[in-house]
Amino acid sequence: MDRDRAALTSQAPQRLPRWLRAVLLAPPLVFLAVFYAWPVVTLLAEVVRGSTVADTLGRPGLGRVLWFTTWQAALSTAATVAVGMAPAYLLARWRFPGRRLLAAVVVVPFLLPTVVVGAAFTRLLPDRLLGTAAAIVVAHVYFNVSVVVRLVGTLWEQLPDDLSAAARTLGASPWQTMRHVTLPLLRPAIVASATVTFLFTFTSFGVVQILGGAANPTLEVEIARRATGLGDIGGAAVLSVVQLLALGVLVAASTWAQRRATVPLVVARARRRRVRSPGERLGVTGLALATALFTVVPIAALVVSSLRPGDHWSLNGWRAVFDSTGTPARPGSGAPVDTWAALTTSLRYALVATVLSVVIGGLATAAIGAARRRGRLLDVGLMLPLGTSAVTIGFGMLITFDHAPVDWRAAWWLVPLGHALVAVPFVVRAALPVLRARPDTWLDAAATLGASPARAWWEVDARLLVRPLAAGAGLAAAISLGEFGATTLLSRTGNETLPLAIARLLGRTGDVPRAQADALAVLLAAATMVLMFAAERNRDAVGR
Amino acid sequence: MNTRRAALAVGAALLAAGVAACGDDEPSMPVTLTLVTYDSFPAADTSLNTALATFTEQTGIGVTLAVAGDAGTMVSKAALTAGNPEGDVMWGVDNALLSRALAAEVFDPYESKELAAIDPALTALVPGHEATPVDSGDVCLNYDIAWFADRGIEPPTTLADLTDPAYRDLLVVQNPASSSPGLAFLLATVAAFGADGWQQYWADLRANGVEVVDSWTTAYYERFSGSSGKGLRPLVVSYATSPPAEVLFADPPRTDAPTASIEATCFRQVEFAGVLRGTDHRDEARQLVDFLAGATFQAEVPLNLFVYPARTDVALPEAFTTYGSRAADPFTVAPADIAANQQAWIDEWTAIVLR
Repeated sequence: MDRDRAALTSQAPQRLPRWLRAVLLAPPLVFLAVFYAWPVVTLLAEVVRGSTVADTLGRPGLGRVLWFTTWQAALSTAATVAVGMAPAYLLARWRFPGRRLLAAVVVVPFLLPTVVVGAAFTRLLPDRLLGTAAAIVVAHVYFNVSVVVRLVGTLWEQLPDDLSAAARTLGASPWQTMRHVTLPLLRPAIVASATVTFLFTFTSFGVVQILGGAANPTLEVEIARRATGLGDIGGAAVLSVVQLLALGVLVAASTWAQRRATVPLVVARARRRRVRSPGERLGVTGLALATALFTVVPIAALVVSSLRPGDHWSLNGWRAVFDSTGTPARPGSGAPVDTWAALTTSLRYALVATVLSVVIGGLATAAIGAARRRGRLLDVGLMLPLGTSAVTIGFGMLITFDHAPVDWRAAWWLVPLGHALVAVPFVVRAALPVLRARPDTWLDAAATLGASPARAWWEVDARLLVRPLAAGAGLAAAISLGEFGATTLLSRTGNETLPLAIARLLGRTGDVPRAQADALAVLLAAATMVLMFAAERNRDAVGR
Repeated sequence: MNTRRAALAVGAALLAAGVAACGDDEPSMPVTLTLVTYDSFPAADTSLNTALATFTEQTGIGVTLAVAGDAGTMVSKAALTAGNPEGDVMWGVDNALLSRALAAEVFDPYESKELAAIDPALTALVPGHEATPVDSGDVCLNYDIAWFADRGIEPPTTLADLTDPAYRDLLVVQNPASSSPGLAFLLATVAAFGADGWQQYWADLRANGVEVVDSWTTAYYERFSGSSGKGLRPLVVSYATSPPAEVLFADPPRTDAPTASIEATCFRQVEFAGVLRGTDHRDEARQLVDFLAGATFQAEVPLNLFVYPARTDVALPEAFTTYGSRAADPFTVAPADIAANQQAWIDEWTAIVLR
């Protein structure tokens, strides 16, 4: 995403004094080294022996797992990109009432916990699809469409109108314009979004566990089975290295493809079109409705099932949400979840994770923007946690931070810190394009006015970063609210987060706990939507 | 200037007090223990948590819960940190995981004062007293009563019945590699058909259309027809206490269970608690183990964790006796056999059922 954008603008010579670059670079590097690299390396050194590697790689069935992981990810990615282009176009190029709301709603699935969406999908999909790869692909499309909408849309809304207008003047049909002008220009963003989607679907865990049935494990599922089900932590660690290597090859290939696909271009935010003819109105309305339906139907299914505990309509699931003294059916028994405590815990963690992500992500963005080659390394480094199995990071932290002065195992902040590891790359992604689109002449102007390079950086770049970082903050908060995988693997004291409470309720027998879990999921989806709406407002404000 | 000097003075005083407090080694310092547990243990607000609070009232020893993940994750973590544990006492290692924990020397052996009151069949599993049995539960086939009644089909009564074509495509089970009841059910079939016979049984089950999913939640709520999820399959691997839970949490309230467990298919899961080796508070940790095995706490176990107390002198809640039944002669496999064969069995099972 950023690489393509970087190439869209002319490359700036390095202007920042060395000390300032070091100051910017140090905190993200230290963060990554201490909370990612150190634990992962410690775990590998502790549990992996030569024989572990041979045993694990020689195990029958590994090839099958790798093959399934790869082709379902490839198919999911192709389907996601195909489905995502239409809403990306709609939101990037058209102006219509409710656009901003729709833009916020589209992102929600990406941030919902997989336990929740998996449950919603099992109720929506026809039974013969359950347990098949088709169910996995459909859910992956649902989860990741927003990646395409975001990444492709951001570039699409900046494509100048004059190129396609020129093509049409020269007699090209709309289809030819699309094929020969628009799509080639969009290619870097399409490649970038396909890469991110592939990364997520390749490492997919919850969706595969819930919808895929047991016969189709992905590598990530296999890693978790080995580490927690069989106690073969060494084998799990070896497999997570295999996964990381596979993804490394992918990211390298994608970087190459993006660079090749990049067309230098003067960036200017084009105006979104208003609907002019009845035909356009029909098209835009239809597309907007289809997008909204696609996103909202699974959430609506959750609302319905939260209101139908048994075979009838009932508010008892929601009553249980707001009254933690016991279940309405039989007071004093069962698994009440203190909704208020879970909500405040989730919000507290989200706050800490957001502050961390914005500080680390903001510094990283500035550092990546200032230092070109090393910046790219940091950029890739910050993505690593996304491709590393949560088991590896969680268990690594457990045996790394286990003695003074780093005895942090029981520290509550390790959980939001884990969330920040996941959220930082997204903050960088939200902020970097803005920095890269900034004309160098602004720094020159500041210098002409007598500002030192550091001062010029502060007055121009640092200020420019404020708004995209605010948008990134909304994203980070939402990611933290919905985070499940890493949270379950970190030991925790005190109250549980909402996704954990939902999972615990779903582990119980009975109508009311089930409805209560669905009700909590609806609450979580609503909170996420509010955050995304706020972030979207900020994102829109950036261009003004 | 004066205020700054005053602030410095206050700071120095605080620092001195802090240093003094750190150097204070009086034995009366209140100890807070960390109880490591699995994620279905309620974090707060239940009668189980209230019972834990009475331990603090009685002894002055505080208890903090540390949730380590599901039981498998918890034991993997305990094995990784053996000797330098995350907490002082661990609750919830079951008999399928016990040998893994013992092999890693997770526990500091302790013979609890409460052992005499605990079911001897359970204490026999830990002759070395590494851990103390604290509850047990049966993993059994459950069936949807109405489904079978509506079709005039008799529900199965034994494991062998399940290969009968009459029950084709009716059963959903969990993957033993990822689910604790799934593993328990595999162990039941190993116990029933022998180390050389279970493979054929599963091949027959597969031929008869068994469905495998990764987790209990998916099996019970998404695939099983007897839960509120309204799946298609009327037979599922679940717990003996699932039918009473269906009544207790029914909405609208009901007086009869919609599901029943099949007694001759049950595998007994036993859970243990023990002092973690390397604790700084061994005496207090032992007191906590005694309390967890004591009558006060054990009485709260059934309705909060949906398992049976390990003690024989605790009355069961009415719902358990009315809507559920305890298997008289459940299947068991010795923990050492489980540990020695678990990986091989699961690999073999995977090859037979999933490939």
